[in-house]
Amino acid sequence: MSDSTRVAHGTADSLHTGGHEEHPAYLRHHFENVEQQADAAGFAMWLFLLTEVMFFGGMFTAYLIYRNWYYPAFVEASHQLNVVWGTLNTAVLITSSFTMAMGVWCAEVRKQAGLVLCLVLTFILGLAFLGIKTVEYKEKIEKHHVPGFHYSLKSFTNPQSDPEIYKEYHDKPLGVDMARHTEIYFSLYFAMTGMHALHMIIGIAILGFMIFRARAGAYTSGHVTFVENFGLYWHFVDIIWIFLFPLLYLISRHAN
Amino acid sequence: MSSTIVVLPDQSTARIPKVNFITKENGILSWLLTGDHKRIAILYLISITFFFFIGGSLAGLIRLELLTPQSDLMATDTYNKVFTMHGIIMIFFFLVPSVPATLGNFLIPLMLGAKDLALPKINLLSWYLYMAAGILAIYTMATGGVDTGWTFTTPLSTHYVNTNVLTTGLAVFIAGFSSIFTGLNFIVTIHKMRCPGMTWFRMPLFVWAHYAASILMVLGTPVLAITIVLVALERTIGIGIFDPTKGGDPILFQHLFWFYSHPAVYIMILPGMGVISETISTFSRKRVFGYTAVAFSSVAIAVFGFFVWAHHMFIMGVSNYAVLVFSLLTMLVAVPSAIKIFNWTFTLYKGSITFETPMLYTFGFMGLFTIGGLTGVFLGASGTDIHLTETYFIVAHFHFVMVGGMLMAFLAGIHFWWPKMTGRMYPEKISQLAAVVTFIGFNFTFFPQFILGTLGMPRRYAAYPPEFQVLNVFSTAGASILGVGYLLPILYLTWSLKYGEIAGDNPWQATGLEWQIQSPPLTENFPITPIMDHEAYDYDWLEKKREKEVTLVG
Amino acid sequence: MSHISPVLWQFLVKWMTTFALFPPEASKIAPQMDALLFFMVLVSLVGLVIVILLVTTFSILYRRSRHPIAVQIEGSTLLEATWTIIPLGLFLIMFVWGALLYFRIYTPPANAMNIYVVGKQWMWKAEHPGGQHEINALHIPIGKPIQLTLISQDVFHSFSIPAFRVKREAIPGRYTTVWFEATTPGTYHLFCTQYCGTNHSAMIGDIVVLTPDGYKQWLAESTSGMSLAQNGERLFASLSCNACHNARPDARGPNLANVYGAKLALNGGGTVLVDEAYLRESILNPSQHITQGFAPIMPTYQGQISEDGVIALVEYIKNLKSDYRVEQTLNTTDLLPEGEGKAAPGSAAPAAASSKTARPETAPKGVVKP
Repeated sequence: MSDSTRVAHGTADSLHTGGHEEHPAYLRHHFENVEQQADAAGFAMWLFLLTEVMFFGGMFTAYLIYRNWYYPAFVEASHQLNVVWGTLNTAVLITSSFTMAMGVWCAEVRKQAGLVLCLVLTFILGLAFLGIKTVEYKEKIEKHHVPGFHYSLKSFTNPQSDPEIYKEYHDKPLGVDMARHTEIYFSLYFAMTGMHALHMIIGIAILGFMIFRARAGAYTSGHVTFVENFGLYWHFVDIIWIFLFPLLYLISRHAN
Repeated sequence: MSSTIVVLPDQSTARIPKVNFITKENGILSWLLTGDHKRIAILYLISITFFFFIGGSLAGLIRLELLTPQSDLMATDTYNKVFTMHGIIMIFFFLVPSVPATLGNFLIPLMLGAKDLALPKINLLSWYLYMAAGILAIYTMATGGVDTGWTFTTPLSTHYVNTNVLTTGLAVFIAGFSSIFTGLNFIVTIHKMRCPGMTWFRMPLFVWAHYAASILMVLGTPVLAITIVLVALERTIGIGIFDPTKGGDPILFQHLFWFYSHPAVYIMILPGMGVISETISTFSRKRVFGYTAVAFSSVAIAVFGFFVWAHHMFIMGVSNYAVLVFSLLTMLVAVPSAIKIFNWTFTLYKGSITFETPMLYTFGFMGLFTIGGLTGVFLGASGTDIHLTETYFIVAHFHFVMVGGMLMAFLAGIHFWWPKMTGRMYPEKISQLAAVVTFIGFNFTFFPQFILGTLGMPRRYAAYPPEFQVLNVFSTAGASILGVGYLLPILYLTWSLKYGEIAGDNPWQATGLEWQIQSPPLTENFPITPIMDHEAYDYDWLEKKREKEVTLVG
Repeated sequence: MSHISPVLWQFLVKWMTTFALFPPEASKIAPQMDALLFFMVLVSLVGLVIVILLVTTFSILYRRSRHPIAVQIEGSTLLEATWTIIPLGLFLIMFVWGALLYFRIYTPPANAMNIYVVGKQWMWKAEHPGGQHEINALHIPIGKPIQLTLISQDVFHSFSIPAFRVKREAIPGRYTTVWFEATTPGTYHLFCTQYCGTNHSAMIGDIVVLTPDGYKQWLAESTSGMSLAQNGERLFASLSCNACHNARPDARGPNLANVYGAKLALNGGGTVLVDEAYLRESILNPSQHITQGFAPIMPTYQGQISEDGVIALVEYIKNLKSDYRVEQTLNTTDLLPEGEGKAAPGSAAPAAASSKTARPETAPKGVVKP
């Protein structure tokens, strides 16, 4: 055993149970069989998503604490977000999760055209989400609600200066000390949605790569691991948004 | 009966196996683009040693400055940068990756009977992230350094220093991901790639220790990452999340920072404890006493380790009741470590003990970690923490556990598995000398610091009242001895690559799967998939196997 | 003692104190701290000796040349239980003892004399109620419990007196407190122990402990002008606090006499104990600290007043036992020239909110009577 000059594969070994019929090109040499490889990859992705939960968790913790401390500021700052855009974005992402799940199914049943269509739809919906986010961010920039960049307290010390929002919610004017705390809300808003958007951008980039590979038939010949695991990632990014939406947009939307 | 268990092949005829993971492919690209866990481990070993020496030089500068009470060797600002960079490099670029990324990477697939880790490309990515982070850290040093302390407390780090906080933060962020990917890889491998017959309770304790450390890496490090992001945002655009004038809270930073940084210390020590389990078993020729207890205590340390972070914040104005909870949990997390020490001690009982270099380092670990761990209890009991915290007592405590503990365990492991990794033995006499020199130097360096701490000398002081000088001089004298102790292995281990004796498969007659194959191993580790049909540390199985082996031809 | 030559005795004392392992015990809590530390050292020593003895004995008895065949032993549940329970028990004793000590150090007695300490890069400013200000020093008498109310003006600092065995972080944005009672006159080290930047190691000073007479003398020699409360009254007027907090029946702000130490009912429901921290918060973040029955119209003074100023105001309010002083400020305000932003009594701007209740003659508004 100590001086073997024979480079052995698991499959070339007669002791290996039932190994020789399946040695597809995508089976990495350190795995015994395809099942083990797929199992390991899926497990790794779930574990990675767990690290992502911890990553976003720090910001959720900060949000929890500051919302508890500065509730009036969070309420009025939240009113500055457009709930129509937010709801639309939520619908867009949920739909994209549906199209992604359909894509995974298509890969599993080897429907190449279906897979490509689903990936393209997911791609477009992802871009739509980012587009809507851009519109929202632009609005915030125009109203000077970006922390650190000429942040303005006017909308909160004098809500009537913002007629459309005032008409809906009739917010009371905040004292300057409480109004200052809206900057913390927006810090968390930009940090959380920004980090989320970064994950979306990475996902969309990978989707682009996957569309290219799917058209070449890479995922519809039995090796669906990549699509499946990317699906997990995409659903995770969706779930983060499902938490962000009510926490950021829906704090207290009834009219006063 | 000889007093060594080393059995080497006949040196006149023995050769390093012609085909092994080192000779399989040639050329720098075959190393830089490798997926082989063993090659990646070697890459890590070289880079970690490099960073250790940078961190060590910075330590030397610290001790030189502290020879005199005045801040006279370097400007105070420079001293502040020196101890900051010493901490950052030693923690993030040496201690955290040391055993996992070198020994863990090399050995876990071998110990499990697997051909590689589950995700070889991620493994290589992990090394590149580490190198990128390390180069960025060096760049930071070269362009002015950072002087926030390795704990980069806000608001000092966000609003009151104009040094390279952002680049350092970025370096630590990237190094964090290197760590996460290593841990992720280990967990998947341990769950999914054990060879047939390798149940959880037949795994070596080294693997259990790495499993526990990997849980911490995977769950804790992301919180550090997001903390760094928030500090960067606060520093650049002033988002105010830790700024009291904007309604933020600097104590929130403390919670987020220590939520990772406490588990980090267990990330650092658990793999070292795994090494000790292996060496103490081999050099007593006995199964580790209380295998199940040691395995579970590793996991217990990992779990409890997540719930004690605020013991770093006892005097910061957190509520008295929070202090009660965290102090109690800290006492609980101390118990599994005590269990391990006793289990290792009783592994010696009725064993057959020899004192090769890894065993010397092991004994050093047990004594010094006991002291370091017990002084941790001094700090965990909230009342005494008030007097001892933020003094040299803390410095002594963590150096005892990290240097007296972890670094000794790392050296034990390097020496123990050196023959497996390189095919050659290190020179025994000089390595024993180095171990003793290190032990003596260590005690001279760090024991006086306990006394400096109880006397009240604060940490991170460039200048100090003259009455503390005598103890500081002792400490610096010890440090020079310690430096010699660390330099020697570099020299003789490098020497052994060319001139060391040929080790053969199993110079230590050890029981692990890694010792049943050639040294150095083949790229694919095992020619045929092994089947684990015996318990871990089964010396009877080893004895039977040796009887059956043919050792002489003709 | 009599047969030890005085020279030798002097030498021994010098040697013992020069090579001391502990700082001098100069406060009431110091011996208690040292007792627990000594217990811990003892336990650690015993534990360490046990481990070392076991390892050494086993290494000798079972070295290979003497004991070539190892005996495989799986384990022993009894031993596991022993070395789990005994360490746990000892650690729990330390936990309880340590917790008691901790609570004792951070729970000041009610009769403690309060001194404010403001930390900033890189000095400590101590402010005695009588108006004495000290930089990097603190003069205190023996035999009297002293509470320090700490705050930082910039970054984290930590106020440490090793001889007293006390230490507390000084944090920006909130007060922290610690107390002690000195027992031995002398001069002891004061250190900043939380790394705070360039001159962290220069942020040191002296704690000067005096006899009661010596302290009285020091007080007399170093009083310079106004006490903290008097300074606070000056600020109370110049910042127009008395525009609303003027003890009048139609006042827009609650009466502040005797409010310190009382339980206050807040506007959003709930009650709060009025201490220094509350007073500071209600000046800097008034929106969340509105007394029940009053409109949320108080402006914030964040950015307009330093921590020293806040301390002065807090001291002033703490010492308000009746409406007399506040009414005095109204008189003084009358005399002050126009254009300094003062509201003359009776000419206050119309109130934004209308909820005002008639003030009973003695009890301040919103105070929940015990």
